Amino acid sequence: MIIKLDIQRQRSSSEKPHIQSFSVDTDALASVAELLERINSEQIPDDPIQWERSCKQKKCGACAMVINGRPRLACDARVNEYPKGVIKLEPLKKFPVVCDLIVDRSIMFGHLKKLGAWLEGEAETRDNDISYEASRCLQCGCCLEVCPNFYPGGEFFGTAVLVPASRLIAQSPEEQKKRLYGEYGEHFYRGCGKSLSCKDICPAGIDTERLLVNSNAAAVWKRKYRKSKDSGPSE
Amino acid sequence: MINIIGAGLAGLSAAMTLAEKGMNCRLISAQPSERAQSVLAEGGINAALDTMGEGDDINLHFEETMKGGVMLADPNAVAALTGNAPAVVEKLCRLGVPFNRNADGSLMLRSFGGQKKKRTAFAKSSTGKMIMTALTDEVRKYENTGLVERFPHHTLVRLLIIDGSVSGVRIRDSYTGKMYDLAGPVIAAFGGPAGLFPSMTTGTVTNSGTAASVLFGQGVRFANLEMIQYHPTTMEIPGKRCLVSEAARGEGGRLFVRKDGFPWYFMEEKYPELGNLMPRDVVSREMYYVKSEYGDVFLDMTGISDDVWKNKLSDLRDEIMHYFSLDPKTDPIPVEPGIHYFMGGIYTDEHHRTNIPGLYAAGECACQYHGANRLGGNSMLGAVFGGMTAAESASRLPGLTDEIMETDPDDPVGGEVPAEFAKQVGKILSDGLGIVRSGDGIKKAADRLRVLKCSDAPEKLRKEFAHAMLLSALGRMESRGAHFREDCPDTTEIFSKTTVAEYIEGTVRITFEDIPERRNK
Repeated sequence: MIIKLDIQRQRSSSEKPHIQSFSVDTDALASVAELLERINSEQIPDDPIQWERSCKQKKCGACAMVINGRPRLACDARVNEYPKGVIKLEPLKKFPVVCDLIVDRSIMFGHLKKLGAWLEGEAETRDNDISYEASRCLQCGCCLEVCPNFYPGGEFFGTAVLVPASRLIAQSPEEQKKRLYGEYGEHFYRGCGKSLSCKDICPAGIDTERLLVNSNAAAVWKRKYRKSKDSGPSE
Repeated sequence: MINIIGAGLAGLSAAMTLAEKGMNCRLISAQPSERAQSVLAEGGINAALDTMGEGDDINLHFEETMKGGVMLADPNAVAALTGNAPAVVEKLCRLGVPFNRNADGSLMLRSFGGQKKKRTAFAKSSTGKMIMTALTDEVRKYENTGLVERFPHHTLVRLLIIDGSVSGVRIRDSYTGKMYDLAGPVIAAFGGPAGLFPSMTTGTVTNSGTAASVLFGQGVRFANLEMIQYHPTTMEIPGKRCLVSEAARGEGGRLFVRKDGFPWYFMEEKYPELGNLMPRDVVSREMYYVKSEYGDVFLDMTGISDDVWKNKLSDLRDEIMHYFSLDPKTDPIPVEPGIHYFMGGIYTDEHHRTNIPGLYAAGECACQYHGANRLGGNSMLGAVFGGMTAAESASRLPGLTDEIMETDPDDPVGGEVPAEFAKQVGKILSDGLGIVRSGDGIKKAADRLRVLKCSDAPEKLRKEFAHAMLLSALGRMESRGAHFREDCPDTTEIFSKTTVAEYIEGTVRITFEDIPERRNK
């Protein structure tokens, strides 16, 4: 089948973006990542589209971009999901563009640092299941893209900190809790409008609602992981 | 100040170790840690913790690692690795890795290839991602105190070598194109050269092979480059091979072919003791031969219990269903061996020092621990422990300055190799370095490579490094582990040596060096 790709391009953040169109003959099961690789090597080897990629099997989050208006991983989006045969690719919009489809996502890592997303002391094994789910976060940024409450520069850091924080909340030693719970309240709980738009967008399929309920219960309502019950079940 | 190239498992482990000593380092990587190949590791990490009541111990782990590697690994390095493995895994527990646990709270261990005891600690089938998350968070703590400085979109251009010693490293910021010279010793932790075989490996695109080619061109010695691991169970997905973890067989998966209309479980018949869990080199070779006679090989996981699918292999099942629209719980899946790991790499001693003072190497980019064939579960262990050891060594000579200087942005070395050229090299290499090889086949591949025209420095470096791989395979006139030659099918004592490739005055030179004797315990 013939697919038309409209790709937003700009050499730098200061340049005005424009759309470049390509036509590719492909099978229906090909991924958008594959099409990008083919366009670059077959059609424009001297001026390839710049985009980030690494694992090509939706385990690393590198190739997140906006595909027909929805943030997704290019390696996970298949041609047959777009029956009209037209696919538009744009960079994620909540991060500054570096070049073409590459955005600078360093703000996410800055947020994790500001939140204090690490363990002080030894992990306490309270809730393996929550810790496992929370450790799966790709830091791709798709959840921030769709969040109505997240905007760059704000004090609300979004689901990209909720998920990693959920592991730390489940494992943090007693003496770390006060600071971590405080940061969580300030940078997540207070700003989250519970739209749950992040719930169905996560390319890793992380159950963000479950993590949110669990972490709120622990950090805000203090109903979980209390000293006397710290080995109890998660839910 | 110490410069670490690569922010996967080995790089993070080195950074953490240095920071724990209060020493500064820079963590330089093409992309953030979340994108590193280490996140793809699935099955687990080995340590003789003996929590399953089978009487495992570190000596057996040592022996099986040496035997799996067909006695080509440095026994002193392996003894340190296996002896420290329980402490490494216990440390990972303290960092919060959510390993699966037994009812009594102890670590659950699973069976893995080439090992008679359950020894592999795991977190379902995403162990690499779980360990990476815990280490990334831990290193963030030291980023906050300033001990670790990240350069998260920067690639290696070249080492800076003065009077035969590494004085620093030149890196390129891929966002701005600017280049910087960073002073201080270097720990190479940039992973295996998957990009030498484009689309043919289970690895990431980021592991382009460029850094290895550059270092080789600069005189860094590489060892055992002919030792390339074909993982028995992979499946093709767009642009790469998708790994079906060894855990699938560890938890009961069985390989078979159809013979006279009935399934023939050839591994179980040929190797009654370990069956489907023979070392990977053996399984892949058997699959190669039975496939040529009976057609496609299938992995039958239909006998695995609901409980195991749910608690130990859920992500593997999701992945297979997603990519292949097949449910491994109800249907056998077709599998083929695919390139998965490079046992060879930068030639290091047991302290992870290289032939150039000031350069250390750890993780898959280094040749250490795995000999002629790596056991499943030993790669993550080798990366974490290797990173720790390299950091210990580097910390003894940390460099006198932490200078950063912007430099000539037009350095031609260290650029990416065009996809078409990389593909041509990959095709030649895979023709010469398959699961079953021959002297003639390797020679023909080397001849084709020789006439391949290159237009710039990155292409020339890639070609020379590929040449070193082929010449290493040609020089080893025997069969051992992953290197199987039909024209020299026996393992011979005279090749109980390390293959060393070096680039001297524009020529690839291959020599064989003695493996160190094991010191008395």
